Amino acid sequence: MAFTLLGRGKTLREASVIPGFGLTLGFALLGLGLIVLIPLAALALRAASIGPAGFIAIASEPRVLAALQLSFGAALIAAGVNAVFGLLVAWVLVRYDFPGKRLLDAAVDLPFALPTAVAGIALAAIYAPNGPLGGLAALLGLKVAFTPAGVVLALIFIGLPFVVRTVQPVLEEVERDIEEASALLGASRLRTVFSVILPHVYPALLTGFALAFARAVGEYGSVIFIAGNIPMVSEIAPLLIVIKLEEFDYAGATVIASLMLSLSFALLFIINALQGWQRKRFGNV
Amino acid sequence: MTLSLLRRHLLSAAAAAAFIAGAGIAPALADKTLLNVSYDPTREFYKEFNSAFAADWAGKHNGEVVTVNQSHGGSGKQARAVVDGLDADVVTLALAGDIDQIAKATKKLPEDWAKRLPHNSAPYTSTIVFIVRKGNPKGIKDWGDLVKDDVQVITPNPKTSGGARWNYLAAWAYAAKQPGGDEDKTREFIADLYRNVPVLDTGARGSTTTFAQREVGDVLISWENEAFLVQQEFGSDKFDIVVPSLSILAEPPVAVVDANAKAKGNEEVAKAYLDFLYSPAGQRLAAKHFFRPTDPSAADPADLARFPKLELVSIDKDFGGWAAAQKKHFADGGIFDQIYKPTN
Amino acid sequence: MSEAAYPVRPQRRSEIGEGGIIQWLLVTVAVVFLTSVLLLPLAVVFGEGLRKGWETFFAAFTEPDTLAAVRLTLLVAAIAVPFNIVFGLAASWAISKFEFVGKNLLLTLIDLPFSVSPVISGLVFVLLFGAQGWLGPWLEAHDLKIIFAVPGIVLATVFVTFPFVARELIPLMQAQGTSEEEAALTLGASGWHTFRHVTLPNVKWALLYGVLLCNARAMGEFGAVSVVSGHIRGLTNTMPLQIEILYNEYNFTAAFAVATLLAALALLTLVLKSLLEWRFAGELAATKRH
Repeated sequence: MAFTLLGRGKTLREASVIPGFGLTLGFALLGLGLIVLIPLAALALRAASIGPAGFIAIASEPRVLAALQLSFGAALIAAGVNAVFGLLVAWVLVRYDFPGKRLLDAAVDLPFALPTAVAGIALAAIYAPNGPLGGLAALLGLKVAFTPAGVVLALIFIGLPFVVRTVQPVLEEVERDIEEASALLGASRLRTVFSVILPHVYPALLTGFALAFARAVGEYGSVIFIAGNIPMVSEIAPLLIVIKLEEFDYAGATVIASLMLSLSFALLFIINALQGWQRKRFGNV
Repeated sequence: MTLSLLRRHLLSAAAAAAFIAGAGIAPALADKTLLNVSYDPTREFYKEFNSAFAADWAGKHNGEVVTVNQSHGGSGKQARAVVDGLDADVVTLALAGDIDQIAKATKKLPEDWAKRLPHNSAPYTSTIVFIVRKGNPKGIKDWGDLVKDDVQVITPNPKTSGGARWNYLAAWAYAAKQPGGDEDKTREFIADLYRNVPVLDTGARGSTTTFAQREVGDVLISWENEAFLVQQEFGSDKFDIVVPSLSILAEPPVAVVDANAKAKGNEEVAKAYLDFLYSPAGQRLAAKHFFRPTDPSAADPADLARFPKLELVSIDKDFGGWAAAQKKHFADGGIFDQIYKPTN
Repeated sequence: MSEAAYPVRPQRRSEIGEGGIIQWLLVTVAVVFLTSVLLLPLAVVFGEGLRKGWETFFAAFTEPDTLAAVRLTLLVAAIAVPFNIVFGLAASWAISKFEFVGKNLLLTLIDLPFSVSPVISGLVFVLLFGAQGWLGPWLEAHDLKIIFAVPGIVLATVFVTFPFVARELIPLMQAQGTSEEEAALTLGASGWHTFRHVTLPNVKWALLYGVLLCNARAMGEFGAVSVVSGHIRGLTNTMPLQIEILYNEYNFTAAFAVATLLAALALLTLVLKSLLEWRFAGELAATKRH
């Protein structure tokens, strides 16, 4: 495999004195092919074997549509919340000094490291009507756990570090000079923040938003413990895949899975394009 | 830390991990290893039953050691795992429909597997009862109370949980037997009931946790054996058991998956395992763990006294067997799906 | 509130910083938000795990099934992480040191597992290796077991953690360019020698960072592993699956005790990571920018 790629690759790449192109690319493609692409191709082919009519019939079931809508909708809301609060958190972590800042900064990565099922159980314990914060919300007449709001909450947990960690370094690099210039030219602080600083941060924020969104759409482990899982209301698409599997409906599971997969792929492609644009516009990001 | 040091650390960590893991993964030198793929509420029962069986087998076969591995989960999920290749020697699931699926999809056991053992291959039975909060604040006495506007009902999803299917059918049977309970009225009753369900967990255990631990809902529809277990685990000062006027005779069946057992040379021990379920010792253990024994003669009378008497309908007589019930109620587009169809 | 994190000249502070009250307000909002979303769940895990005292806590780890789950989790991570190191190094070398057609597509494909639902990651291996899947009958005929056994769990874990190392290395190596390697090669060093003594030292902290995140995810993965595990006690249950089982057996203390172990791993990861960032802020800065 590596050899044919090397042969072909030589004409398709720019000349370089650095060796190992065939070897490393070959290995990367081999790993990618075996672990990721072939299994995903199996899924795609399985979905294709159902035929367009059957595919559309399954994909347009109200329950499937509702689940996809919930997964994508809740992920969108969660990513939005994360964009706002993530930016705020990043801002506070970069700009201010306060006791416990180190701890907070480290805690941001917690969702990367904490197993999702554990997070789901813990979140359900806190936000259930008999939990500390769930009880507080209940006093206000709000229900979090076992409603779509619970889904959003779990997805906020999952996605937060993506926004903070993409925005933080960019915010760190915003030159103080331009802020000073803006202030000296008589702009109000609010105006400086919104029309001078934030435009620098937007591409990174958008990337963070997209990453948080992409991660949240497919999330399963943390959500099922807190969602309520009522069909048409709080049933997420990955759960519907599992349900279809358990009723021996492989076709249904495959169709939903391939729909989600193609949407994720499109999303990622957009993210990578965004990052390319960011790199071009703001240099080496 | 230099890179070589770093690498050495990584390597030694990996080696250590591989060593620990290797030591554990190497199968214990058991003479026989049996895999029992079962559903959720049987965990405690089979834990005790397995050691009783191993002792019995060792006594009859010159001390040959049998290790029984257990896998538990929602009944439908477990059946699918066996269809997909989980090599169970025996399956002990929540309902016959799931074993039918295994037989149909894999041909690893004959389709008339249920005829091979007494009582439709169900060595123990159970039924469906209600659990309410202490003192029964909502005054729930029977199925009819579950559709009241201010009552929240906790039951798992019949699509993924075997127990939930029994729950559903028991409710259906009750509604159908009410005066004027024609098909339309019954459907309406079921739809009203599920409209009162705020959380639809994927398994019976999930529902119990939601009800008992998260304190959501007024009534939990549950396996009888689970209801007793909940009182035992969470304390009888927190919950009451309510026995409805009518329920369903739930028959959790067992079967040897012939092809798997044969491939592993376990045919004899697998069959003996299931036979032991029907033996006086097995029946006594079943009663101890709140399953109704099919042969009560060997069970502790104190255990038997715990089971309330109530009218029980049967899946075969009242629903025409699992295949028919599955198709009408739970299959894709069946009555259960129609409940959640948008009505406007 | 207190000193700004950046050396700001005092007289300008009012112009380019926020007033004390606003600052205080923003910090409070951030702290409340992070506490309710991130820190409380962590506190719950530890609180529940230790609720019945240390004795019960440690008793949870004498259970043979739990020990087996810990061992299996270590084994899976010990296979998945080194694979991802090798893959990550190869992929980032190819991508950062050369220009070739289709690079963006390759980058997207490497990222793909990251946004694929864990459930789907498990499902694809069932479709491929399950008894009803494409290779199922062949595997069965040769008595090979992939899913519902350790290889399937490893595959699903590798799939899920696939992008982690590569994603840390690629931006850094792209930023560093090729001039150092070119210099070494021009001076007559072999390719392997150049890689070991020029490239690797340059990226070692990013590599370690990637390994830490990869390891945490490998040990904590739930959804994908759940689909391919088969849940055989003492044999194919990883720690997250064992937590679910204990939880479903109303053994909440033991469930959270095992969860504590994973949470402690998460904390350790974070501490190591913070240490790395603190000591090697410059080198790592580039890698943060995903």
